Amino acid sequence: MKFILDAEQRLFGETLHKLLTGAGTPGVIRSWAAGEPGPGLALWRSLSEAGVFALAVPEAAGGAGPLPVELVTAFHELGRHAVPGPLVETVAAAELLSGIGDEGLAAAWLPRIAGGTAVVSLALPPAVPYALDADIADLVLTVDRAVDRAVDRAGAGDGGDELRKAVPGAVRPSLDPARRLFPVGPGGASATGPAVRAAAGAAYDLGALACAAQLTGLGRRLLEATVEYAAARRQFGQPIGAFQAVKHRLADVLVGLEYTRPLVHGAALAYGSPDFARDVSAAKAAASEAAYAAARAALQVHGAIGYTDEYDLSLWIRKARALHSAWGPPAEHRARVLSSLVGGQDPGGGRLPPPRVR
Amino acid sequence: MDLDLSPVEPFRAEVRDWLRAHVPAAALPSLETEEGFAAHRAWERELHRARLSVVSWPERYGGRDATPLEWLVFEEEYYAAGAPGRVSQNGINLLAPTLLRHGTPEQLDRVLPPMASGEVIWAQAWSEPGAGSDLAALRATATRTDGGWLLNGQKTWSSRAAFADRGFGPFRSDPAAGRHHGLTYLMFPLDAEGLTRRPIGRIDGKPAFAELFFDDVFVPDSDVIGAPGEGWRVAMSTTGNERGLTLRSPGRFTAAADRLVALWREHADPADTALRDRVADAWIRARAYRLKGFETVSRADDVGAESSVNKVFWSELDLALHETALDLLGPDGELGGEWLEGYVFSLAGPIYAGTNEIQRNVIAERVLGLPRAAR
Ligand SMILES: Cc1cc2nc3c(=O)[nH]c(=O)nc-3n(C[C@H](O)[C@H](O)[C@H](O)COP(=O)(O)OP(=O)(O)OC[C@H]3O[C@@H](n4cnc5c(N)ncnc54)[C@H](O)[C@@H]3O)c2cc1C
Repeated sequence: MKFILDAEQRLFGETLHKLLTGAGTPGVIRSWAAGEPGPGLALWRSLSEAGVFALAVPEAAGGAGPLPVELVTAFHELGRHAVPGPLVETVAAAELLSGIGDEGLAAAWLPRIAGGTAVVSLALPPAVPYALDADIADLVLTVDRAVDRAVDRAGAGDGGDELRKAVPGAVRPSLDPARRLFPVGPGGASATGPAVRAAAGAAYDLGALACAAQLTGLGRRLLEATVEYAAARRQFGQPIGAFQAVKHRLADVLVGLEYTRPLVHGAALAYGSPDFARDVSAAKAAASEAAYAAARAALQVHGAIGYTDEYDLSLWIRKARALHSAWGPPAEHRARVLSSLVGGQDPGGGRLPPPRVR
Repeated sequence: MDLDLSPVEPFRAEVRDWLRAHVPAAALPSLETEEGFAAHRAWERELHRARLSVVSWPERYGGRDATPLEWLVFEEEYYAAGAPGRVSQNGINLLAPTLLRHGTPEQLDRVLPPMASGEVIWAQAWSEPGAGSDLAALRATATRTDGGWLLNGQKTWSSRAAFADRGFGPFRSDPAAGRHHGLTYLMFPLDAEGLTRRPIGRIDGKPAFAELFFDDVFVPDSDVIGAPGEGWRVAMSTTGNERGLTLRSPGRFTAAADRLVALWREHADPADTALRDRVADAWIRARAYRLKGFETVSRADDVGAESSVNKVFWSELDLALHETALDLLGPDGELGGEWLEGYVFSLAGPIYAGTNEIQRNVIAERVLGLPRAAR
């Protein structure tokens, strides 16, 4: 047993870290938020060349996947650098397309996702009600009520089996300026049948896992940057990091993050097993809380400067809050963990009851 | 001991009726923007015409000599009615008490009436890049000149200074004196010659505060508050207001808690006991803050360092209220709207008015009497 990334996986993470450090993501994020996606799309191509999107596309469809451990390794780095764009949505869409058994749609889009020439957005209302960056996506997909209906036994069978190419509505601003959210209107059906429901559930699980990994990366960067700041900023003739109140708060952040990474890795290893949905939910609930605690601590320890738009770390602080509830807020994932533990019988063919969202 | 509010009910009814007739139906634009600042200034004028802008002040300055209890009741009604945020709050809550304590009659007559009407809006200029928690490290200077003082140096994080009219704060008038000595408390126009302001966007980009650069800004002697060199003592006499009840009255939080309960009614999954507990807790804490307010105004003695206890409580309550609301909204919690605006505001509560770490040090050392840490 070796429950730790192997040398090759570590190297993959380090390579991405280097690539993203070189890309200067704060500038990319600010352009993206301002509606200038050029630098972000260029970065998307570099990430694709590094193999990121192929991880979620099956080998048979031109990808290298599914490789969930490599995927969470990549998303940790994407979160650490707060890379903008529908990254989670694209890999979740790959999972959806791989699962629907519709040769036409999958054959058309999976190779493009793997090759980095398709940016895909996805909404799974009501759990994931908005399509991120739908206006710049090459393809916007939606499956209505696939994800919450399974929990509502009485309503099972109503909805959830129709995959549509969606038409985005008007953008809704998020606390995270780089998250441009679009409600999705009706479009023509592209695939129907029970396989769609199962594939939508699988897409939700993979998306929540990728988002959890992104959150641990965000949390790590928030902690790293704040430790550095606390060592440099002086008040009362000493570094603020010398004050026990500051030390303890940052130590707590580390404790939280250290016990989140194993949950994310454990969930990645459970891919394809009956425990996958439960383990993803455990990881997402913990990652949401740990990253948000990191963001709160980062803001508090920075004082007023952390509360400004122009200070780059505030981009991470805002994203941590937004992702806290994206792809299922912690309460929903906790509910899913517990319902799986206390008799999560499931009408949907082995899938655990997914979260219930109001 | 009693909680008999009946003597103040007539006043409550008057305030309620007035607010019902006058509070704008649609929310004003955010007071952290230029457009919103102007709209809120106009609202201050309207409040003032009804003599409701500064109810606890003496009549001669535009108030009603309201008792502290009446003021609490006014605030309850004000926030329950969903009335606009107070763009004049830093003048009314932070400068006015200083002037009432240390100002000359001439200063009171000159400064307070236009403050009450919103004609002159004040910004607090205490912090500097190197002097946040450690305010006594401040370096901006006031140098003696004919008939007054010349200000030089930099202030920062001055709330709404991008749009406000005048500022106030401590400056170093005797550079040779040690940290808490040789400071002088001054008032100055924000459009003075030699003063440059740079707006700073808060975390959602709204220009909520500004940096101020002073290059030989002249201030006449008549705008010194208290004695020259006594600035630290003058400044510290207002921190109790900033941390105590006045800046953040209970009415704000009881109103927000009621709105949270309404949100729960609309959005809740009753089976979600974790959120249910947090909604209930927020309401309980808001009630505790309200009752503590009644206790405070019933006391005869000075609250002193205990105002730090108050500051920790309201700032953490405010955050909890808004975090709970965002969690209730689920995936919609990140979207712009009233709750998100309140959340963004609440995030700063544990930082301004003395950070909560500093307040906890004060509570431990000055209220509980624990040994002082080295610093
Ligand atoms: C929204 C907002 C509005 C503001 N408005 C105004 C205004 O109108 N006018 C004005 O003058 N200022 C204003 N401020 C500034 C505010 O007063 C300062 O931010 C505050 O005093 C903290 O200073 P700092 O930001 O420099 O943080 P620092 O003092 O650098 O503190 C950084 C961190 O170190 C901690 N720390 C520092 N010393 C200690 C210690 N001894 N023990 C334990 N921990 C410690 C702090 O608690 C904090 O967590 C505002 C700030 C905000 C966020």
